Amino acid sequence: MDGMSITRAIDALASGPKDPAAVDAFLAAHTFPLVEGPAITFVFRGEAEAVNLKHWVYGLPSSQPLARLEGTDLWHLTFELPRGSRVEYKLEVVRGGAGQWFQDPLNQSLARDPFGANSVAHSEGYEVPEWIHPDPEARPGTMEDEHWVDSPTFGRRSVAVYLPARFRRTRRYPLLVVHDGHDYLRYASLGTILDNLIQRLEIPDMIVVLTSSPNRLIEYADDERHARWLTEELVPHLERALPIDARPQTRCLMGASFGAVAALSTAWRYPGFYGRLLLQSGSFAFTDIGDRNHRGPLFDPVVAFMNRLRAQPIPMAERVFVSCGMYESLIYENRSFVPALQSTGMDVRYVEARDGHNWENWRDRLREGLSWLFPGPLLLVYE
Amino acid sequence: MGGLRPPILLVGTQDPRFDLGAAVREAGVRGKVALITAGWQERESEDSELVEDLGGPVVNLRLHERADDVFARDRDLSDAYKKRQRQLRLLNDFYRIRLDHAFEAARAISVRHVDEDLLDEERHVSVEELRHLDRDHLERCVVRQVAFDARWKPAQRPIVAEHRREIAKILASSRAVVLAGGHVASLLNRMKLFGVVDLAAGLPWIAAAGGAMVLTERIFLFHDFPPHGTGIAEVFDVGFGLVKDVVVLPDPRRRIRLDDRQGIARFVQRIAPATCVAMDSGARLWVERGRVVRAFAHRLFQDGTVEPGWTG
Repeated sequence: MDGMSITRAIDALASGPKDPAAVDAFLAAHTFPLVEGPAITFVFRGEAEAVNLKHWVYGLPSSQPLARLEGTDLWHLTFELPRGSRVEYKLEVVRGGAGQWFQDPLNQSLARDPFGANSVAHSEGYEVPEWIHPDPEARPGTMEDEHWVDSPTFGRRSVAVYLPARFRRTRRYPLLVVHDGHDYLRYASLGTILDNLIQRLEIPDMIVVLTSSPNRLIEYADDERHARWLTEELVPHLERALPIDARPQTRCLMGASFGAVAALSTAWRYPGFYGRLLLQSGSFAFTDIGDRNHRGPLFDPVVAFMNRLRAQPIPMAERVFVSCGMYESLIYENRSFVPALQSTGMDVRYVEARDGHNWENWRDRLREGLSWLFPGPLLLVYE
Repeated sequence: MGGLRPPILLVGTQDPRFDLGAAVREAGVRGKVALITAGWQERESEDSELVEDLGGPVVNLRLHERADDVFARDRDLSDAYKKRQRQLRLLNDFYRIRLDHAFEAARAISVRHVDEDLLDEERHVSVEELRHLDRDHLERCVVRQVAFDARWKPAQRPIVAEHRREIAKILASSRAVVLAGGHVASLLNRMKLFGVVDLAAGLPWIAAAGGAMVLTERIFLFHDFPPHGTGIAEVFDVGFGLVKDVVVLPDPRRRIRLDDRQGIARFVQRIAPATCVAMDSGARLWVERGRVVRAFAHRLFQDGTVEPGWTG
């Protein structure tokens, strides 16, 4: 089989003279991480006691050591990454016995999230979708950053409201309510994506309301108050204030992680009110026996809810789009949950991606999810 | 003219640039033209660029705006119309569900490793099933529309009649009708509501993209590059039938997998014996007495091949 093996660039470097000039030339000749067929090679240059790759790929050791190329200050690690994969990572550099996490200095590609930014690597077959970038032909919608809503349940709260570019008061629009909407805007390019998909007729003009919770881990974990606030206070307020098509099939709840739990449990508490659900990487923790989940006490109300729902699934909406990354631990919960959703007769679409529990994974699934839940007039318009 | 129909010129997509003005000149039309941009819906009146392209005097028939006026003032008709549209949408949903299942069955059979003769036979059966679904859907849509017209007689409703008189007056002083594309359902329904084709009898038509589709006998909706899944073409409605035995597919460059021989073959067999014509920017179909007499377009064939620059 030797004849079939591929000589990788790092192997070529290792087999030649390993002087600083050779290392310089190696670094200058490639972009990093180095993708060669199915193999990906992470590289770090610098003096250190150890260098580790820190990533969030469920299924691989979360910390993997880079090896020092003998006689150099170059560290490297190669493994196979399946086609179409996208991975977020940092490098841990250990000096003086203490490890410090850095973004990869050889890689300019970053993914931001509420905790900062990670370096991004991807294998062959993954491409950043072109529809996430501003399109000069797409008219931008308008964003009302602070739309205040008086709520008996939570007091006065502010949401952001996206109106499509050609918004007219005389029309009626579908309503999409997005949990952690401000983060979707910041880290998943939601505003640009809405502009683009509307321009391309892949989704209809719609009103999108971005909510954020000051206490999401409590309020999103099957909290009756949250469901009431959304359904009995926020949505009626919006339907009074804006020209919204007030029918279940034009009303959607969306969220990721705990936000998906919030969307699901709200729809479950008000079956038939929300005709559409978009659930990304839902934290759908459950147990098959007992009531304690290994994820910790914050998940206890989620586990109780999911166990109840799994025991007696109901058709709470008409269409449900579920997505999850293969490289996140929640893949087990999401895969397990989909048959229960389908058993109710709801129209369920389930999509997996070779990605993790992160905003760019959720970003990359928005086109498919939104256009499936709300098909635009693409098929009807011929200019 | 002794029953002779005036000529019709169908043209391709107007994206990225209008060439309806050039088409009007090719058709030898001189003088004022009546313009229909109802397919642009609320943007109907934003026609300055097209008017400039057309060059000569233009009067927009404003069918979308007129329909809004009818629906605002004639509540009974409006309610009945909305009810009919809801029913038609449901019929369309159910047709799509059947279509999806028929395609899935055809796919499941097509991947079996059996004799090619048997597969050929099964392919034929699959196409026949699609043809049956298309035919059945069209018939059921037409039955509802005929019943609606018989019950409500839109042309005789005072407000519709008022608009019809105004439209007829404009058309009487026009030398041709120019029909832009856009949302084919909006376009078709508003043209039907005011009976524009009857009112324009005797005038030539120059129609682009969606406008060309509505002048044919059957309107098929299609897109091979949808945002998810695979696009399945579906029959939408009957058109005005001014152009016979042709199915028009605008904008193939962006909407059709021209290298998908099997998909093209299946579609063309499905619509047979109609001729399948795909019309990019600059494409033309010259029509006399309802028949294509000359062409510059792509023609799609039952064996899945495509002839670019087909001349009719």
